[in-house]
Amino acid sequence: MKITINGKSEEIKIKSTLEEIILKKGLCANNLVLEHNANIVPKEKWKYIILRENDNIEIVSFVGGG
Amino acid sequence: MEDFLEIAGKKIQNRLFIGTGKFSSYPIMRQALEAAEAEVATVALRRVDPDLKTENIMDFVPKSCQVMINTSGARNADEAVRIARLAKTAGAGNWIKIEVIRDNKYLLPDNLETLKAVEVLVKENFVVFPYMSPDLSMGRRMAEAGAVAVMPLGSPIGSNRGVKTRELIEIMINEINIPIIVDAGLGRPSEACECMELGSAAVLVNTAIAVSNDPVKMARAFSESVCAGRLAYLSGIPVAEKTASASSPLTGFLREEE
Repeated sequence: MKITINGKSEEIKIKSTLEEIILKKGLCANNLVLEHNANIVPKEKWKYIILRENDNIEIVSFVGGG
Repeated sequence: MEDFLEIAGKKIQNRLFIGTGKFSSYPIMRQALEAAEAEVATVALRRVDPDLKTENIMDFVPKSCQVMINTSGARNADEAVRIARLAKTAGAGNWIKIEVIRDNKYLLPDNLETLKAVEVLVKENFVVFPYMSPDLSMGRRMAEAGAVAVMPLGSPIGSNRGVKTRELIEIMINEINIPIIVDAGLGRPSEACECMELGSAAVLVNTAIAVSNDPVKMARAFSESVCAGRLAYLSGIPVAEKTASASSPLTGFLREEE
């Protein structure tokens, strides 16, 4: 099924969780914040969120800035 | 002499706040923050590029630094609020510099959207620092809405043009009873010193330090000049006069005054 991650359409396995997506991308969970359909999801809850077709995920982290 | 800036219960001695953008590497950034003995550093939030596995900037901000999250990239109040909430969830604390910009040429802030974001975030117990175009009425409204300080710009972000808005900033310093922190456009230590002499509570510098040939030395130069400017302000700077006033006794060398 298709979901959108950071504005890009991606194909993922059905019933994937947020946690699985992050692991699969090889991202370090400590540095990240996630939005699932515009709701902020704390790290402890990533494994309970099962994704559905057309869901929208934003993955953000800290960068240098003034 | 004990002189510190107290914000949200935190006592800040170093009135040079440093932005973490544009450094050639995170280790250099850390060395610059350490050289300046910075106590407040700003950091931004961005979409992750999964193909670019970069290190976590937070690991390079000295533990002694209070992190202030910059909402840069926000084009309206809602986006700024969203960034603030994301940063808090990520464990970056609740100090937020609200930066809302829709103008890409001069990067001048949208004061009205900024005020809206202040109103929302203060109610959510954020410690809010609005970045704004210098304007007395708007500055007062920011203060009334609960901003802990206001951050008027000296000149456009990254322009290194100095305190082009000096007279407006002076008015804000004299009339608004929360700290005024000059942010953006300061290109050299003497300009940071100038802001402090005027009575700014602090200044925020990023580009001038980060893109210099030796950011570590430059961070120290800014830190020392901010300190000098503050001392001068506290000492009471004498007014400028049009005519001379002798520093030595006015008698002639070997004769009486004529």
